[in-house]
Amino acid sequence: MTVLAVVEHDRGTITDASLGVLTAARNLAKQMGAKFEALTIGANADALSEVISKYGATTVHQAHNAMLTDFGPEAWGESIAQVVRKTSPQVVISSGTERGHEIIAQAAARLDLPAAMNCLEFDKDFNGTQPLKVVRARWGGSLMEETEIDAPIKLVTLANHIVEGAEEPTSSTIAVFEVDLDDSVKQTFVQDRVERVAGVTLATSPVVVSGGRGVGSAEAFAPLEELAGLLNGVVGCSRAVTNNGWRNHTDQVGQTGTRIAPDIYIACGISGAIQHWVGAMASKNILAINIDAQANIVTKAGYAVIGDLHVVVPAISAEIRKRHPK
Amino acid sequence: MSEFPKSAKCVVIGAGIVGNCLVGHLAKLGWTNMVQIDKGPLPNPGGSTGHASNFIFPTDHNKEMALLTLASQKQYIEMGMNNTCGGIEVARNPERLEEFNRRMTSAKSWGIDAKLLSPAEVKELVPFINEKIVLGGFYTPSVSCVDSLQTGTLMREGAVKSGNLSVFANTEVLDLEVENGTIKAVVTNKGRIEAEYVVVACGVWSPRIAKMAGANIPLTPAVHQMADVGPIDILQKSNAEVAYPIVRDMDTFCYERQTAGSMEVGSYAHRAIFMHPDDIPSNEASALSPTELPLTQDDFDPQMEQAIELMDMLGDAEIKYAINGLLSLTPDAMPVLGETVEVKNLWSAAAVWIKEGPGIAQLVAEWMTYGYPHLCDPHSSDISRFYAHEKTEHHIYARCDEHFNKTYGIVHPREQWGTQRNMRRSPFYPREEAAGATFFDARGWERPQWFASNEKLVTKFASVCEPRPHEWDARWWSPISNAEHLQMRESVGMVDLTAFNEFDFTGPGTMNFLQHMCVNNVDVPVGRSVYTPLLTPGGGFRGDLTIMRLGAEHFRVITGAFDGGRDNYWFKRHMPQDGSVIFTDMSSALCTIGVWGPNAEKTMAKATQNINAEGKLVPFDVSQKNFPYGSVREVLIDGVPATMFRISYVGENGWEVYTKMEHGLRLWDSIAKAGEEFGIIPVGMGVYAVTGRIEKGYRLMGAELESEYNPVEAGLNRAKVKSADFIGKAAYMKARDEKPCAIMCTLEMIDNTSKAGIKRYPTGGNEPILTKTGERIVDAKGRVSRVTTAGAAPSLGKYLLLAYLTPEHAVEGNELRVMYMNELYPVRVARVGSQPLFDPTDARMKS
Amino acid sequence: MNILVCVKRVPAPGARINITSDGQQVDTAFLGFTVSPHEECAVEQAVQLIEKHGGDVTVLTLGPTEAEEQLRTAVSTGATKAVLVPIDTTDWDPQRTAQAIAKVIGELEATNGKYDLVLFGNESADSCGYQVGVRAALKLGRPIVNGAKGLDIENGVAVIRRESDAGVEIYKLKMPACVGVKEGINLPRYPTMKGRLASKKVEITQSTASGEIGGLKLITLKRPPERASNTKILGNGPEAASAVVDLLEELGVFK
Repeated sequence: MTVLAVVEHDRGTITDASLGVLTAARNLAKQMGAKFEALTIGANADALSEVISKYGATTVHQAHNAMLTDFGPEAWGESIAQVVRKTSPQVVISSGTERGHEIIAQAAARLDLPAAMNCLEFDKDFNGTQPLKVVRARWGGSLMEETEIDAPIKLVTLANHIVEGAEEPTSSTIAVFEVDLDDSVKQTFVQDRVERVAGVTLATSPVVVSGGRGVGSAEAFAPLEELAGLLNGVVGCSRAVTNNGWRNHTDQVGQTGTRIAPDIYIACGISGAIQHWVGAMASKNILAINIDAQANIVTKAGYAVIGDLHVVVPAISAEIRKRHPK
Repeated sequence: MSEFPKSAKCVVIGAGIVGNCLVGHLAKLGWTNMVQIDKGPLPNPGGSTGHASNFIFPTDHNKEMALLTLASQKQYIEMGMNNTCGGIEVARNPERLEEFNRRMTSAKSWGIDAKLLSPAEVKELVPFINEKIVLGGFYTPSVSCVDSLQTGTLMREGAVKSGNLSVFANTEVLDLEVENGTIKAVVTNKGRIEAEYVVVACGVWSPRIAKMAGANIPLTPAVHQMADVGPIDILQKSNAEVAYPIVRDMDTFCYERQTAGSMEVGSYAHRAIFMHPDDIPSNEASALSPTELPLTQDDFDPQMEQAIELMDMLGDAEIKYAINGLLSLTPDAMPVLGETVEVKNLWSAAAVWIKEGPGIAQLVAEWMTYGYPHLCDPHSSDISRFYAHEKTEHHIYARCDEHFNKTYGIVHPREQWGTQRNMRRSPFYPREEAAGATFFDARGWERPQWFASNEKLVTKFASVCEPRPHEWDARWWSPISNAEHLQMRESVGMVDLTAFNEFDFTGPGTMNFLQHMCVNNVDVPVGRSVYTPLLTPGGGFRGDLTIMRLGAEHFRVITGAFDGGRDNYWFKRHMPQDGSVIFTDMSSALCTIGVWGPNAEKTMAKATQNINAEGKLVPFDVSQKNFPYGSVREVLIDGVPATMFRISYVGENGWEVYTKMEHGLRLWDSIAKAGEEFGIIPVGMGVYAVTGRIEKGYRLMGAELESEYNPVEAGLNRAKVKSADFIGKAAYMKARDEKPCAIMCTLEMIDNTSKAGIKRYPTGGNEPILTKTGERIVDAKGRVSRVTTAGAAPSLGKYLLLAYLTPEHAVEGNELRVMYMNELYPVRVARVGSQPLFDPTDARMKS
Repeated sequence: MNILVCVKRVPAPGARINITSDGQQVDTAFLGFTVSPHEECAVEQAVQLIEKHGGDVTVLTLGPTEAEEQLRTAVSTGATKAVLVPIDTTDWDPQRTAQAIAKVIGELEATNGKYDLVLFGNESADSCGYQVGVRAALKLGRPIVNGAKGLDIENGVAVIRRESDAGVEIYKLKMPACVGVKEGINLPRYPTMKGRLASKKVEITQSTASGEIGGLKLITLKRPPERASNTKILGNGPEAASAVVDLLEELGVFK
């Protein structure tokens, strides 16, 4: 029996999410008494075997094809499908990210197997022979469902930020697998890129200063920009803000925006509707600045200041300038 | 956050416009140690206030509502929360133009500046309106938009700052504890809090909360649909929250109100959609808020078409926000205010809209502080007005369904309900129906207004039974009433008075108790009666009724159908709790026939017997000598035990005859048979309540008699004052020492021919009495002279009006004006004070 | 050009989603319904494309008959045709849904010709399955890329922009093609009153749903455990600034 972890990477760089996936796959394999194996796609990821071995995969399958120089959802999905056909694992697991969902969906479609995305828990009694019960996130995490995957091979993605990567080194065997890809999958490769200018993004910034309806206008975000600047962070916002046209959707934190997990999330004038909360709840610390001590976000946050953000935020900036003059 | 308190003087539940303004007013009136809670967050806990359209059209035909609205607008202005934008009601139908004349008249009464506009003038003020479909407009420059959330917040925070209030949001009421019929504590998810007073200001949730204490607040949450559409260029360019007058498209029951760059379109045209208070979703489970439910689009579609018809630009604007908003509806469309009848010190301040919120908060605060409000008489908002059948869901839904689409409707002052009829019938009903009665609804009772069987009398009295040429004046009216009136004055008539309420008080404490309640001395001999007002602590009218003394410790209070609930509550609320007085409501046990007219004595002499000292059945002597005016006797009528009470509200010799319900039909038949040879006819309430009464200048509770006025002003003060103390005595004594600044007068119309050349008959719906130059007459206490009752006086050949006038105008022969349908008619002061115009010495009643 | 947009009817919930007592569905007693947000954006994008290039936008939904409401909403914002594929429950599993949709698309194309683009939402707001579009595209034999935050037609090719941590990825698909659209690609317009009234008149074509039950079986819905938090109030108003900066220092923000 085998649990196969599909490692998400971008042109050879492994993602954080993949470390959680490797860890979760190892744990599941232990529970089942199964082998833990991993799959990298593209020769540019071969070097990742070293990282993967630290996480305990006994075999790393390296899918090779001349086409596999960049990400292509169909080629990646087809690669997974071919490896799965060959190795017949009981469980295939990848990351609960944009790419992870897409390649698992592609593989599942090609294998005509069910797939369950954003799994939070796996049945503790699963031994590989019965249907797999999982708990997965719906509604962006504001609701959960217990679902049974009834198929010989279970394809899943692991919800992000659920399992932290934990090393357990072993020595891995490398198994190169030549994938057979035809031209049909060729056109869905990335054709071109606009690289992000250096700097932090909403998704990766350790500090996010976010504003909600309470900010009141596009112009009124200036003090938030200033505070974020002082903290080397970025500005986020709630859906109400994008709906009002005050900021771009790229700044939106939430179920249909960006999910974030910064060291500190400073929520200014945000009531904390569930759609927003699910995007911010993975934050390590939350500071709410709100006029209403009873606001949802205040009751859920670790820290709060009760007051008008239009006064409080500039006061914080002033205090920072006083203590940490540049 | 402060600790959740264990006790308070007063807990106000609800932080909408009413709860917030109430704590503010209570604090101003000196209340301390108050706690306010709401299950939702602040400042918008998710009730109806949070999504209200927040505009005020002050003109209302109802005095109470008009005064409350004006008082509210004044408060919004004082707090800087009133944004005056003007408002135009537009007419699409000719009937609406007529209604605008009526609204001009009401606006005049309340001193509201208003004018009628041509379609072109409407277009000038609202350039984006399609004036081609508009026949005219009723323009009120003082119409305003208010910030009800901020107003409430200021009021609440004012109370907090004064140190008299602590506020707890996200605090849900789980139970209300009652002990010995008195509120004891509020149990919440944050803890239990003992309180001397509890106020339910929970809007659409009020019934649910009151029920926890076993009290009933009869209202239903109902949907009012609204949509916000925009952006719209011309509105954006105005660069203002509201630059254009609010338009009420009256004939489609729809309004258009600018909100910055968008237009809010609201509707009262859709089917009535109700929701049970228990079914309203929680704050958390609601997409927007508990009272902003998803729009049921199909209901709104017809309204959109009409809105686009009126303002084409709306068609291309985006529907950004559209809801089925919940608001409170009551069976009679009035608020539900006052102490609940079931639980002492548990108060209701519910079914209140933004336009009247702050005023009502002031009114309730005064009520709780002084025992009765000062702002105005809460007569038609008083929670105790409801009878048992009116508090059922059946009734609430039926009546709300009926009146919802009349929110912008044209409602006649005599308008009759179509639903919930035949709820209560007197035993005489079969005879009345056979006589072709037109029944009016009297709080569930079917009461004959006139009888088709008397139509032939219209020919007999043709000269004073002219038909009314204008449909509005003739609506819910018949010339038969005038004919019945004259026949009664000529011969004898019988009137169904079963809708009366009879309250029996017995026990050793009764005398003292009733003395405490009543102005006039009730310590009369057994078999006698007393007419008396009941006063508020401030000395205004609280009740007006008659009491018979049936035994040493047995009194029977007789009061009307429209005040039975309020009087029932008022007596019970003041009754000693030691068991020394026993209250029995006899209203459903007794039926009543009034027999009046010159032949009444002959009729009853023939019908009535009693058992003499020797135990023999003999004819009963009904002569004035043996049975004087104001006295009560037990008799037999065709074997039916009955109580005869020699009294009259129509100015004729005669009686009210009471018997048990089950004897009723036999009683009716017996009297009818006895009176046959004297020309007896059934007579409707058109005579009893209007023509007969007005000829005698008799005052009616809720019309002439209101808490704003005292017995001196109403002309009902007696020469002497009893020594016993009674509610309102101090104020009454003071009023007697002062020269009244208003006096109840009877006025006659000098000429009722309109500009169109037809005779008009004011309906008695607060039409203003004006000086000859058309100025309003306002007394020193700020009360305006207006028609309290209007009606024909067939025996005098006049059309009479009752109104309070200032002393300078209260001069017999003085000529004034009445405005009716926006036209002035000359009137003359015919009588100052209570002396009747017809039979001024009451000779007919006592001979 | 001809574009088909697959949309899903989903409830519009509040801060707390209640579950029916059998645990099988969201309690929608007092909830309104909406087009799932990603698909709402897909409709908007399609409408913008035909505004530029001409053509028709057909919206298709597989759902209860009440989903007609969402089709009409889409029409009121610019879609021109509507197809309802009624099922007698609120949801089919992803495999079955994709099979049914692909079959109906095939039938529609047999009479109307091929759609240049078939758009899906990246994932549905309620079940978040992330796979119906991919499965349907494969059955249709067309390429698909998900996560589209940009979609234009350049020289007869669909150009898709997609965000990643590293920047923006660009994909170019020859049509006919499928695209999974993400919210943020545009700000969808609201229906106008006239649009709404017109949408009432559009004829809704009905197609029959058929598909084999897949391998995912819902056992029960449940709510996530409440995250208990003892909020530490750092202060009221601007006076709290000092305490806030203390906290930021403690968390090492200035290192």
